[in-house]
Amino acid sequence: MTEEKISSRARILPFVVVLVALLIWAALARFRLFPESVFPSPAAVARGFVEELRNGRLVDDVVASLFRVTTGFALAVFTGIPAGLWLGHHARARTAFLPVVNFFRSLSPLAWIPFAILWFGIGDLPTVFLIFMASFFPVVLATVAAVASIPSVYFRVARDYGFSNNEVLTKVTLPAIAPQVITSLRVTAGLAWLVVVAAEMIAGRAGLGFAIWDARNGLRMDLLVCGMIVIGVIGVVIDRVLLQLTRISSIRWGYER
Amino acid sequence: MNDKPLRLEDVSLSFGAVDVFRHLSLEVTDGEFVAVVGPSGCGKTTLLNLFSKFLKPETGRVECAGRVRMVYQHDSLFPWLTVAENISLGLRDLGNDSERARQLEEITHLIGLEEFANHYPHQLSGGMRQRVELARALVGDTDILLLDEPFSSLDYLTRLRMRNELARMLDQLPRTVVLVTHDIEESAQLADRIIVLSERPARICCEFHLNIARPREPTHPRVVETVHKILAEMGLERKGSAALSSLVS
Repeated sequence: MTEEKISSRARILPFVVVLVALLIWAALARFRLFPESVFPSPAAVARGFVEELRNGRLVDDVVASLFRVTTGFALAVFTGIPAGLWLGHHARARTAFLPVVNFFRSLSPLAWIPFAILWFGIGDLPTVFLIFMASFFPVVLATVAAVASIPSVYFRVARDYGFSNNEVLTKVTLPAIAPQVITSLRVTAGLAWLVVVAAEMIAGRAGLGFAIWDARNGLRMDLLVCGMIVIGVIGVVIDRVLLQLTRISSIRWGYER
Repeated sequence: MNDKPLRLEDVSLSFGAVDVFRHLSLEVTDGEFVAVVGPSGCGKTTLLNLFSKFLKPETGRVECAGRVRMVYQHDSLFPWLTVAENISLGLRDLGNDSERARQLEEITHLIGLEEFANHYPHQLSGGMRQRVELARALVGDTDILLLDEPFSSLDYLTRLRMRNELARMLDQLPRTVVLVTHDIEESAQLADRIIVLSERPARICCEFHLNIARPREPTHPRVVETVHKILAEMGLERKGSAALSSLVS
């Protein structure tokens, strides 16, 4: 109960922190610790933000990046969860495939950039491919781990009460793994968002990563910071959206035990 | 109706090199409440797994005539379903929606959890969860209830209360029951017949019959006397002290 009270009052705390950070930034810019050309002030960034909004580039870049992340991430989720379920239920397959899955999980997705460009050229496709490579393997591993941790008694109960194979999947396995899988989706979505920016810097002609690279080439540090802020804010928003999934009443149990 | 719905005939079973049962035979009469006690690891739960057909014997026959439900040692409620949804699993086979709703209401009333019907298991106390487990196993058309140390995770006072609850529920919804427990007092308080198993390979050391009505007080002289006898049989108390203590009481 006290936690509830604290959280309602604590809601303004993050804004206070942001405000203090802005003040420090403004002070540093004002005292010219670095030349203005390499350390833009908040006001310059705000002007850059308005400029980017007016000419429509910012919106285009956000849409391009979000489209790529959503596509790559969705592909990874819709193939990774079934793959994880299959591996989770088949010990032999798990023994066979897990080392390979772990190998690719440990490989930085950015290492694929040269191949992504050679195979798919420049634009949406290589970026979607890179996001898929970044997200697929963690989703598979998280699903395998979640399936392995389902208490076996749930399957016995399902058998006692006459569940069909299909019902065991949809009414036992999926709800049982949901909390763990959702947690991993939050982590993986963050990863995907990191990768899209890096990928667009090299293999993009639009998108927030490309915008940052373009600003750097044009020595527009104000626009660069503007891009950084937008990327950070969207990252937080994506996480908040996925966090809402954990509030669903039939999923909350996984976070309250 | 078969008057011996549960029957083991000359059953042998081993797990690798470990002999669990060798030529074990056992019958349970229709409507009877049988408790099985014995040293830890002697195969009490395995016995239930044979009755529920989860395990097959290597030799011998297992007969189980009727619909069986099992209540497990550990939390086996689905945490993603509410109390009402969990109990409704036991009513899946009822075709009629209104009949299902009626039985659900009746049983939630019987276990006194009407107000908690829409709560999730993690929002309930251990005793409440166990009552829901019992309700789920008791509703619908079942004949046989297999209880695998259902109250072992509860504190002593809650356990005492749950024994009375179970007695009351069975009074309303009579079933043939096999209760596996390490709690000798529990067995003496609840069962019509108590079977004491030996160390592995388990054989039946002895049986005790208690033809007194449930619920029974834990301090009922017959209950106390039976507890002493069982303890003596298991080598945990000197033989003869039972007579002494019943003399004192």
